Amino acid sequence: MCLGVPGKVLEVDGLVAIVDFWGLRRPILLDSVDQPVSPGDYILNHVGFAIRRIPPEEIGETLLLYEQLLRESGEDMMAADVRSEIRATGGEGGP
Amino acid sequence: MTTLCPRPSATPLKFRDPAKARAMARSLARLTRQIGRAPVSVMHVCGSHEQAIAKFGLRASFPKDLNVIMGPGCPVCVTDVPEVDEAVVLATRGVRIATYGDMVKVPGTVRSLADAQAEGARVHVVYSVAQAVELARETDDEVVFFASGFETTAVATAAVVLRGLPRNFSILSAHKYIPPVMEIVAEMPEGRVEGFLAAGHAATITGWGIFERFVERHRIPVVVAGFEPLDILAGLVKLLEVIHDGRPRVENMYPRCVTREGNLRAQEQLWKVFRPVGGRWRGIAHVPNGNLRLRDEWAGVDARRRFHIDVTGLWDSSPSALVQECICGDIMAGIASPTDCALYGSECLPETPVGACMVSSEGTCKIWHQYGGHPDLGGAP
Amino acid sequence: MRPRQHLLDQRIGLKHGAGGRAMRALIESLFVDGAAEAPEGGIGLAAMDDGAALRIGDRWLVITTDSHVVHPVFFPGGDIGRLAVAGTVNDLAMMGATEVLALTCAVILEEGFARADLERIQASIRETCREAGAVIVTGDTKVMGRGELDGIVLNTTGIGLTERVVPDSGLRPGDRIIVTGTMGDHGFTIMARRKGLELEGDLRSDVAPLNDLIAGALRAGGGAVAAMKDPTRGGLASALHEMAEKSGVGIILDEWTIPVSPVVGAAADLLGIDPLHIANEGKAVLGVRPEAADRVLAALRSHPLGEHAAIVGRCIVEHAGGVILDTGFGRRLLSEPEGEPLPRIC
Repeated sequence: MCLGVPGKVLEVDGLVAIVDFWGLRRPILLDSVDQPVSPGDYILNHVGFAIRRIPPEEIGETLLLYEQLLRESGEDMMAADVRSEIRATGGEGGP
Repeated sequence: MTTLCPRPSATPLKFRDPAKARAMARSLARLTRQIGRAPVSVMHVCGSHEQAIAKFGLRASFPKDLNVIMGPGCPVCVTDVPEVDEAVVLATRGVRIATYGDMVKVPGTVRSLADAQAEGARVHVVYSVAQAVELARETDDEVVFFASGFETTAVATAAVVLRGLPRNFSILSAHKYIPPVMEIVAEMPEGRVEGFLAAGHAATITGWGIFERFVERHRIPVVVAGFEPLDILAGLVKLLEVIHDGRPRVENMYPRCVTREGNLRAQEQLWKVFRPVGGRWRGIAHVPNGNLRLRDEWAGVDARRRFHIDVTGLWDSSPSALVQECICGDIMAGIASPTDCALYGSECLPETPVGACMVSSEGTCKIWHQYGGHPDLGGAP
Repeated sequence: MRPRQHLLDQRIGLKHGAGGRAMRALIESLFVDGAAEAPEGGIGLAAMDDGAALRIGDRWLVITTDSHVVHPVFFPGGDIGRLAVAGTVNDLAMMGATEVLALTCAVILEEGFARADLERIQASIRETCREAGAVIVTGDTKVMGRGELDGIVLNTTGIGLTERVVPDSGLRPGDRIIVTGTMGDHGFTIMARRKGLELEGDLRSDVAPLNDLIAGALRAGGGAVAAMKDPTRGGLASALHEMAEKSGVGIILDEWTIPVSPVVGAAADLLGIDPLHIANEGKAVLGVRPEAADRVLAALRSHPLGEHAAIVGRCIVEHAGGVILDTGFGRRLLSEPEGEPLPRIC
């Protein structure tokens, strides 16, 4: 259920937005989104309709949410990041 | 190895950092041990969650004592045979059927829409219901949109109804509504589900507040999760935390898309056009309020009222013995897994599906068959 | 697992042309079962390879034939004419015949087909032949009534000579899997053009003749290039499944090394379709003995058509016939596509 893909709004004309998905563009209908949408906004697209305007600050918030979750569980993210970097630059070239 | 391509996680909005994923996997293992029961069973009710879990190989990250069950969250799988038959009958009568990709191969009593198409019926696969409306504007033929999907998808159908439809267009609604089936699962006597992972995109529409009464009544926690690998892992970590601390509640781990009250505009459109009615879900028998049907005000665009659809003609051949053996219902309720089914992998294959679980890209059996079930492929991070 | 006889469809459906399991089952049961042996122990129909090979003296004559029915006829990056030439040239190249002796080209037109379009296609055929160093020596033209055919069908047959035939079944455990560039470009470009999907963007078919690229790889690797196939309909997944099955090995891929352009990745996300299931028309997949992998890779990358070539996996003893994908989060089996890929909704 719910293949929802985020994209960036390029233009808005009434209830139709032209949205960019990593180089692909598609018209997305704005009938059902509950906030005004402007060029530069990110929206969540489901079957050609925007169902949510994703506030840009929420993207950063999500990353913080993960960090917090891991901190609370006592995971050492710093060490994990360092290990990941080591792997990316040497050895097998992947995780 | 001399080559490396930029990882998809380099782009924003794709939460796929493997280091964080590994850390979350460790948290899952630790929490499962702390909870102390073996197994701890949690259920998600979203085909796209199962797709993501399978596609990214996330089960390798789950500790062996954590049982993540796929519940009845595949809208195509739960579309009952008579509903498919209705679409097939219309197609064979010369009506143009427009529908989403998955529905085309779902078996009805005798035929799927794909079979009807091979025999000359006009079946159009669309990406959006809006395309189906465009199709109707370009032809004089009757066009029926066979509408599948849960409430998230029903919003799009409602939106086009409210925009105004061409005269030759009508809707055959097979839309479903998920919250009622969570009740049914929670009330199953054999059920051992200790927590639910709720579908993030449905909750984008409905809000997470609708789960509060469910939690109060059943004392089972609900965590709303998104669909990126880190979203799913974080959702499971939070769910196990809440199970462990013994204070059942709703937690939202998808705040970039989900709020407590949800998308009020979409909800208003949805309930203006649809009403929930009880109905049969394939394999689960009756789900009160589980089906979405067009309200009486919209009778004029309801295909069931525009056409007299008689499916009895398809029942000259009684359901084959194979169908009697199909245990899709138990699989969707999380009581059985595909490998418990005698037909799985032998008579029931993606190219010769018996039940809808093998047809839909989100069906448990299809995903298991496609991705190799839960084989031991090694490679746990 | 072969479906029981009574389950085989009574009518041909679109899935039978899509390059996946249904098509192979149809070919096996209708065309291969009971077909005569290839003469002189050559490679014939039963092998279901990219082409056939017949011994001529101390060399092999390679023959291949292909029919082309792509719609739309013109698409970003090419057209049916370019596709017809490149497809056949590439099938020859995949068997090791990188110098094309000759091509034939037969065309069936629907009454009413625009002459200007035909001229454009003809120009494209000529240009692609020039690129491949190939010549069309004979052909045929037919016209069918309006509505009896959808626009145009092209058939090309190619012949080439080679000292060594590279089968698609020569893999051994330890061999490296190399792809010559980004996956999914052609198929997604065609899909995006389909009425109603309304996807605009930088999608471009990769259709191109590869014989020069492959000749360079064969010069660099010689006999260490153990197997080759071009991942057309059914994509990389289909090609690797066939190679793994015929060779009796398993294949494990590192997903993050597989080159996919961002715009194809976006189309894949939007439609819910896996780029590894989608056709390529200007790419090859090679199985190379480990000691030669780096120099074959270097040879590919030094050619304009191979700049994004990458080693993406290796052959293993376990899971013979299967293809495993390591996603970075865990492993899963890479499925074979079922039939025509359809966009997923939800």
